[in-house]
Amino acid sequence: MKQKIRIAAGQGFWGDLPEAPVRQVEGGPIDYLMLDYLAEVTMSIMQKQKTRDPNAGYAKDFVPLMRRILPACVERDIKVTANAGGVNVRGCADAVIEVARELGLGGKVRIGIVTGDDIMSRLDELLARGIELRNMDTDEPLSTVRDKIQSANAYLGAWPIVDALNQGGQIVITGRATDTGLTLAPMIHEFGWPENDWNRLASGTIAGHIIECGAQASGGNCQYEWRSIPNLADVGFPIAEASPDGTFVITKHERTGGWIIIPSIKEQLVYEMGDPHEYITPDCVADFTTIRLEYEGRDRVRVYGIEGRAATEFLKVSISYSAGFKAVGTLVYSWPDAYDKAQAADRILRSRLDRLGLKFDQVLTEFVGVNATHGPLAGLPRSDLPEVQLRVGVRGQDRSPVERFTKEIAPLILTGPPAVTGFAGGRPKVEEIVAYWPALIPKEEITPVVEVLGT
Amino acid sequence: MVMKLQLTKLAHARSGDKGDTANVGLIALRDEFYPILVREVTAERVKEHFKGICLGEVERFELPNLGALNFLLHESLGGGGTLSLMTDAQGKTFSTALLRMEIEVTEQEATDLHG
Repeated sequence: MKQKIRIAAGQGFWGDLPEAPVRQVEGGPIDYLMLDYLAEVTMSIMQKQKTRDPNAGYAKDFVPLMRRILPACVERDIKVTANAGGVNVRGCADAVIEVARELGLGGKVRIGIVTGDDIMSRLDELLARGIELRNMDTDEPLSTVRDKIQSANAYLGAWPIVDALNQGGQIVITGRATDTGLTLAPMIHEFGWPENDWNRLASGTIAGHIIECGAQASGGNCQYEWRSIPNLADVGFPIAEASPDGTFVITKHERTGGWIIIPSIKEQLVYEMGDPHEYITPDCVADFTTIRLEYEGRDRVRVYGIEGRAATEFLKVSISYSAGFKAVGTLVYSWPDAYDKAQAADRILRSRLDRLGLKFDQVLTEFVGVNATHGPLAGLPRSDLPEVQLRVGVRGQDRSPVERFTKEIAPLILTGPPAVTGFAGGRPKVEEIVAYWPALIPKEEITPVVEVLGT
Repeated sequence: MVMKLQLTKLAHARSGDKGDTANVGLIALRDEFYPILVREVTAERVKEHFKGICLGEVERFELPNLGALNFLLHESLGGGGTLSLMTDAQGKTFSTALLRMEIEVTEQEATDLHG
């Protein structure tokens, strides 16, 4: 059994710094690379891609990344855990297998795949049996949006990934799985933690929470002393160096920018956190109020003392559904009286929308440079602002009024207040709103499927 | 004697989203500031501070091990996620919005702050 394993974060979300995972592999010793590709509604985008092309439906960026790092991973026995599979885990794995063969690595690497998260085809059967999949925030039953659903996936935890690793999988690709599970699974696999070791499972879960947003733990979006953060351009993504007893050190590769300091770790710990006593995952319930932090050297923070409790009987489900359409238009008004002009333009626009009889669920005006982020807390602006961006968004169930709205922005340039610019981007795009429906499902309804494929 | 102090002098913060709820973690800059935060930054005062922005309840949780408070500001993100029309639909600037808040400290506490 290894005495320590180093799990490196490669991506905090789909669209994170493309070079980051490569730098994690090339920048120093690591044992595992963890990559998170799924935001809340990413599955619906992938579902649409798969409908158009049965071979699609996974995070395409993962394949060229594998092309770049697979040789080093095989040579140095670096394993990868990634939820890049989306709604076509097999398709993603096949693409990676092809890359392995092209690189002359055929037979030298095994691809683990985890499925069983997709319940899209089972929804009616579940509803008929009284599993209501009520919205966790509003308590509405799923039947209210049944005909608008675009994807439905249960969040699998660490254990199916552990299975894949135990069976020899080196690149493990999942569909919907918890971010924390991607980090916890390597620890369970290497250290043999049992299913009811709640304290250690909670530790691994919290390690996962710290590194799952990538550089947001190592100096990115760090409010503490942000001007002092060294060399953010070359920020090193975090690495969790885990021990069998559940304690771990957060660190990063030497000669990278950013910093690993207690304040930045604390900021990441509280990020997107609800009740700290009850951080619920498929694998355990972690208690954030037991976390202890101490320095163990420069850019090394040791995390210990973590306690957890038994997991619940449920898995969280992420369902996406069509919820109408929206569009946002912007224009920039310049000095003098930039704010007054932007406000006048807003009044003119709204008056025109009214006269056209256009109905929306919401029309929202913001003035960027004045109060778009802090609203009334921003107070009154200075009178000599150099420019103000008028930003107007509309949302509604029907596409047609939203589309019509997009044609009313550009005309303001020649039919509204003066010294206006910032329209070169063209007409705003109408976006279909794909909304997120979180629900719970009893664990016994979901059967993860694990396969390990040769190349 | 009391003095007014902006939270930026006592804490740093980070915020995020959980659906239509913004969560703001408020972290004491030094351990000894934490009791002041616990005393002064109540859920009621945070709700008042975010009037017009936070339309639902405010919940507060304490993390003495980290010198931090976690606030959940319900109904603050215009529906949240993809539904929201806000520039800050993800609630990432609520952290600094909270740091604008002014609280009261005793003269002694204010002196100790500069220690």
